[in-house]
Amino acid sequence: MSEKVDPKRRKALLITSGVMGAVTVAGFAVPFLSAWNPSEKAKAMGASVKFDLTKLDAGAMAVVEWRRTPIFIVHQTEQAKQNLPKLNEKMVDPALEEGLLRSSNDKFSVLKGVCTHLSCAPKYYPEIEPKAWDQEWLGGFFCPCHGSKFDLAGRVYKGVPAPVNLEVPPHTFEGDTLIIGDAV
Amino acid sequence: MSDKKNSFMSWLDRRLPVTENLERHLTKHPVPKKVNFFYIFGALLMVVFMVQVVTGIWLMMFYTNTEEGAFASVEYIMRDVDYGWLMRYMHSTGASAFFLLMYFHMFRGLLYGSYQKPKELVWLFGCFLLFLLMAEGFLGYVLPWGQMSYWAANVILSLFGAIPFIGPDLQVWIQGDYVLSGITLSRFFALHVVVVPLLMIALVVFHIFALHEVGAGNPEGVDIEKHRDEKGMPLDGAPFHPYKTFSALPAIGIFFIVFFAIVFFAPTGGGYFIEKPNFEEADFLKTPEHIAPVWYYAPFYSILRAVTFGIPFLGITSKFLGFIIFAASIAILFVVPWLDRSNVQSIRYKGIYSKVAMVLFAASFVTLGYLGTKPVNELRTLIAQICTVFYFAPFILMPIYTKYEKTKEVPERL
Ligand code: HEM
Ligand code: FES
Repeated sequence: MSEKVDPKRRKALLITSGVMGAVTVAGFAVPFLSAWNPSEKAKAMGASVKFDLTKLDAGAMAVVEWRRTPIFIVHQTEQAKQNLPKLNEKMVDPALEEGLLRSSNDKFSVLKGVCTHLSCAPKYYPEIEPKAWDQEWLGGFFCPCHGSKFDLAGRVYKGVPAPVNLEVPPHTFEGDTLIIGDAV
Repeated sequence: MSDKKNSFMSWLDRRLPVTENLERHLTKHPVPKKVNFFYIFGALLMVVFMVQVVTGIWLMMFYTNTEEGAFASVEYIMRDVDYGWLMRYMHSTGASAFFLLMYFHMFRGLLYGSYQKPKELVWLFGCFLLFLLMAEGFLGYVLPWGQMSYWAANVILSLFGAIPFIGPDLQVWIQGDYVLSGITLSRFFALHVVVVPLLMIALVVFHIFALHEVGAGNPEGVDIEKHRDEKGMPLDGAPFHPYKTFSALPAIGIFFIVFFAIVFFAPTGGGYFIEKPNFEEADFLKTPEHIAPVWYYAPFYSILRAVTFGIPFLGITSKFLGFIIFAASIAILFVVPWLDRSNVQSIRYKGIYSKVAMVLFAASFVTLGYLGTKPVNELRTLIAQICTVFYFAPFILMPIYTKYEKTKEVPERL
């Protein structure tokens, strides 16, 4: 064996083995990091859910569960649609840019049924009649926990504990079918 | 007899450097003769670390890391396992003790400039230990799967979700699910019992090795290496063993008296060590009235909440800015060795600005801690904002005031 060291060759070998080592480490990191992604089971549980809108009469509300959250689907009446703009003044955030019903459809509103105050479930009171919590009630949601009020499009009234409007989950309409969650 | 022992030791020493290392780190390792109360916390930290490891292993023998089983298994430990309650309360009280000791230990470092050259790495490894301990405590608090476990974890995980662009995906990746669920619980379990403790053990070893390389400091900031006797032993030093080891024993005794008094008589610490809602099982649909962190995170949580504004034109929400400033409140500790430009180490010889800065820092840390456990209102938010400024100012201005202030002359000898 020759005693002589070839510095160029040594450097090339060092670089090559360094790069190969790094690639190996990166390669093995992939399965370990990917294992942290939602598993197939978690994905199935979190997958989008379908809802047949023909089952829902005007003025009625349905609750479906999606990702462990209750989702409210409201079939708005003509009356409700006329009343909503009248409430703009009373809202913290009228959210006009989201459209009248805060959805891409002109009949249905889709809302997360979780009070934005402390996550109680707001109750659906569609009737237009004086209520204990509001003499001029035009229909909407009332949270029994600490008295937050929302209108039928889930917009929060001024002066209640909930700071923001009810959240709108990702959803799409396909004919008479509503898909809640990311479209597939 | 002694011959036999010696021949055994020399047999061993040929194969494993036992004597050499005992001498190097214990019997011949010089430490300053005179230190004060603040210098005991490192030793106590090691003691609590051991308490946590041992009680933790025993808890693991009975704990179930699933969404369905976790809460019930903790009840089982408390009620059905002999001395299970003792294991659990020692572990939960140990967590609080760990942080308390850590805060005193670090405050000692700030007071006496223990981070200064050449102890920068000792300090840096320490800062990593603080970071890991915070992670460890967070992960551990999720495991009983009580209401506060669940909702406090939600608050913290949603901070990752607030990071622009990658946030939501990152949060899902950390959770392994679209909501915080049993999947998250079982990975947190693995991190809490294996990954973080292993890293912490490695860092404690580095912390101590680095310290023994450069030598421990003292509250006067006197360099004991300067004056040595003929044998090379510093005149103001004494061998670590037996002097320090034995003088630590009474302190360890007192520590355990206080520790067990809490374990036996106030294990929940009046709701500050284990919060009331955590005696109820996690409920996805019901947030507790008031989500508060355990006391040891409260100062940092206050800083997080104090940021009520974002930077809209940069697309930075108030939540994300809060996260950044919260992270900065810990990150800034890492660079302290390079912020201090003083020619003396100890606060005793530093100037008036350093003294004022330390008082402001300590006062705002305590105030932030108090505020962090209370629900927010306008006044409290304002106070928290002021305290946040006073938390950072002593560090940010440190390069200036330590350089220009008048310092006193440090004596030659301890
Ligand atoms: C698991 C946590 C920790 C353990 C077990 C630990 C242990 C120790 C021990 C045994 C000592 C020597 C005795 C003493 O000076 O008290 C020490 C010194 C020191 N520690 Fe820690 N420590 C921990 C965390 C930290 C943290 C979080 C910091 C600061 C960020 C820190 C900074 C220092 C410094 C600067 C010294 C040198 C003090 C001097 O000699 O002047 N340590 N540590
Ligand atoms: S949770 Fe709805 S008002 Fe408080």
